[in-house]
Amino acid sequence: MNIDAIHSGIVLDHIKAGRGMDVYRFLKLDEVDCPVAYIRNVRSNALGRKDIIKIDSEIQVDLDVLGYIDPGITVNIIKDGKLVEKKKLSLPEKLVNVITCKNPRCITTVENALDQHFILKDRARGIYRCMFCDAERKSKALR
Amino acid sequence: MRHLIDITDFTVEEIEGILDLGDQMIADPAAYRESLRGRILATLFFEPSTRTRLSFESAMLSLGGSVLGFSSADSSSTAKGESLMDTIRTVSCYSDIIAMRHPKEGAPMAGSLKSYVPIINAGDGGHNHPTQTLTDLMTIRRCKGRLSNMVVGLCGDLKFGRTVHSLIGAMSRYEGVEFVLISPPELKVPSYITEELKVKGIPFREVETMEEVMPELDVLYMTRVQKERFFNEADYIRLKDTYILDPEKLRTAKADMSILHPLPRVNEISTRVDDDPRAVYFDQVRNGRFVRMALITTLLNWRENA
Ligand SMILES: [Zn+2]
Repeated sequence: MNIDAIHSGIVLDHIKAGRGMDVYRFLKLDEVDCPVAYIRNVRSNALGRKDIIKIDSEIQVDLDVLGYIDPGITVNIIKDGKLVEKKKLSLPEKLVNVITCKNPRCITTVENALDQHFILKDRARGIYRCMFCDAERKSKALR
Repeated sequence: MRHLIDITDFTVEEIEGILDLGDQMIADPAAYRESLRGRILATLFFEPSTRTRLSFESAMLSLGGSVLGFSSADSSSTAKGESLMDTIRTVSCYSDIIAMRHPKEGAPMAGSLKSYVPIINAGDGGHNHPTQTLTDLMTIRRCKGRLSNMVVGLCGDLKFGRTVHSLIGAMSRYEGVEFVLISPPELKVPSYITEELKVKGIPFREVETMEEVMPELDVLYMTRVQKERFFNEADYIRLKDTYILDPEKLRTAKADMSILHPLPRVNEISTRVDDDPRAVYFDQVRNGRFVRMALITTLLNWRENA
């Protein structure tokens, strides 16, 4: 795979340096069949250093998950060798089954059929609240 | 379908409506004696709380309705390993409305996702207890004729006291309310609550003794200071008398101040205060029954007119 040129796929750019592995894991890129390049510590004017992930296939990417891990990521959609769309991310209002509640007294710790719902409480501070018990979790991006 | 999981699920106007209905029910209970004939309230208590359960059952029976349920997890199907969601779905086929208490936080919210009938949270761990808050609001409004423009003192264990947290949240929505938080430093209100008060611009003060603020208070809400909350016996002994209300401490209080307590009390209010006209904690218990009658009636009406 030529990591500079992608034919049709997705380039995740401006990932905060060191956070690429989290993105890789959250998007379950270890399970996809297509070529994936994970490039660490690329020099960046804006960030100093950044990570980049290139996926050479038009797979579906959960942008809410990405926005939660790092709202600074730019998503570039490539078709037939051309950049067709550039998406800016932000912290999503709602997270379903992305993170789990850490409150040992929360009903989600014993009731297995429940989805894990988190709602954005404070965008500036990146704070999410468990829909069930109100326990707070801070977005990884802002930690 | 509407449920009552957290007191702020209801708007200020909706709470007003429930309190108005509760007042009417107190004034003329006979008019409502048959109003829910044929309806069934299920009381699902996955953790025992005799007071709260009796309060709900008394409310339903006072409206001519019937009651079924269980009073602890070992007499329920949970003991056989059934999931909460399945229990709720099953019971909601047998009843018109459910009051549930559960040791896990968020359990009533989880139940409401699957229930075919309205759910009332009758307490979920240390998290919420909205019918206690409705009871407190009803008592304050009946004493003062309003829920706005007053100084509310909250005294005792403000750290773990969920009734205190909910009451602050509920009273914060009214104009001109000022809070005075009276507790030992170890048991101060959690910072997320004071942060929220700051953000909303609601005045509050944190003090360590009731004497220093007594003359200003319109309402004094007492809570229990439990021995097990302290790191050592010495701290507990040093502090416990500071947070016991007695006639001597009341000497400087306003003549029309109202003293509330969610009960049960241990020793934080001297029994010598009980006959003081300002002591309304037993009225509070009665109000709890009527406000639950109003709540059950309102949730069933909403459901039928939805
Ligand atoms: Zn939770």
